[in-house]
Amino acid sequence: MPRRSRFAFLALQAPSRRRVNAWLAAAALGGLLAGCDQPLSGPPAAAFKGIDIAGAPYGRGFALTDFNGQSRTLADYSGRVVMLYFGFVQCPDVCPTALTRAAAVKQQLGADAAQLQVIFVTVDPERDTPELLRDYMAAFDPSFMALTGSPEQIKAVADEFRVYYKKVPTGSTYTMDHTALSYLFDREGHIRVVLRHEQTADDYTADIRQLLAEKPV
Amino acid sequence: MKKLLIASLLAVTAGAWAQTTVKVEDAWVRGTVATQKASGAFMRLTPSANARLVAVESPVAGVVEIHEMAMENDVMKMRQIPGLDLAAGRTTELKPGGFHVMLMDLKQPLKGGESVPLTLVFEDATKQRFTQEVKAPVTALGGGNAPMPMKPGADMKPGMEHKH
Repeated sequence: MPRRSRFAFLALQAPSRRRVNAWLAAAALGGLLAGCDQPLSGPPAAAFKGIDIAGAPYGRGFALTDFNGQSRTLADYSGRVVMLYFGFVQCPDVCPTALTRAAAVKQQLGADAAQLQVIFVTVDPERDTPELLRDYMAAFDPSFMALTGSPEQIKAVADEFRVYYKKVPTGSTYTMDHTALSYLFDREGHIRVVLRHEQTADDYTADIRQLLAEKPV
Repeated sequence: MKKLLIASLLAVTAGAWAQTTVKVEDAWVRGTVATQKASGAFMRLTPSANARLVAVESPVAGVVEIHEMAMENDVMKMRQIPGLDLAAGRTTELKPGGFHVMLMDLKQPLKGGESVPLTLVFEDATKQRFTQEVKAPVTALGGGNAPMPMKPGADMKPGMEHKH
């Protein structure tokens, strides 16, 4: 195998500015650029608190069923910013924390709250019945929507979002490992930003506000 | 630091002849909705001497386990651990993002304002087991990641703290 510079992949992949921005954002998240609030170069592009994944070849949408039994795709929420999260109800820690944060974000949005749609996709469709999902969402915010589907449908959507999930036996029952990222779509239904679990409600609100400020469709 | 050292020394010395006790603070349980079968309990534990939390029992749950949550590459992983070592005089927190007591096979929904009895089973340095009863208030689901505000002493009665 011929020796290549360790940066050869940059030339090979010919990354777009967007992709570079995404990497910069990722680096900033990692604390490498912490404290640097000046844009490095280029156009005054949106500096999201999360990772800018505009143009990503994944996370294009979903076809699932809501807790009222109605078929749902991303297009149903067109005109609103959508925040999508994968989780399961029997989760003691990250899922309720994420939903509590989502409720706080809605509060912070104030008059714009109705322009955000929070969607929870279960990775545990066997145990998370539509009734349970409805009750669970209502405990956080009556506007939150939860989607479910057959195990095959859930698998297809998770694959589309590069979301990992796995059943892990514990005692006589099981728990779920799962990706704990939140995905933001703009009003036109394009995937734009990924936020991590460790980020604050303020970070989430800032990015959602930025997407809301873009010109409506 | 010096204070801590003295406290530790005292604890170690005391451990040689006195019973180990564990201070339990800010215990809380996350509320659930109907048909939800699992939840988590959280608290702060400070033992007088080295000890280990080895089990938890509760009448509200069919199965209770001690779990550790970790984020690996943005994937949430939750695993049962056989026990949780507690260092003398130091506070170990069971909190979202770390350790928790996993309540499974719940027998009824846990509503905000109620409290859940928990029996914490510890082992002292000589592997002798002792238990401690706690009444952990339920924070309503959606009510955040913090214990319910409560009256001092409402969670533990004197004399309930320690029994061999």
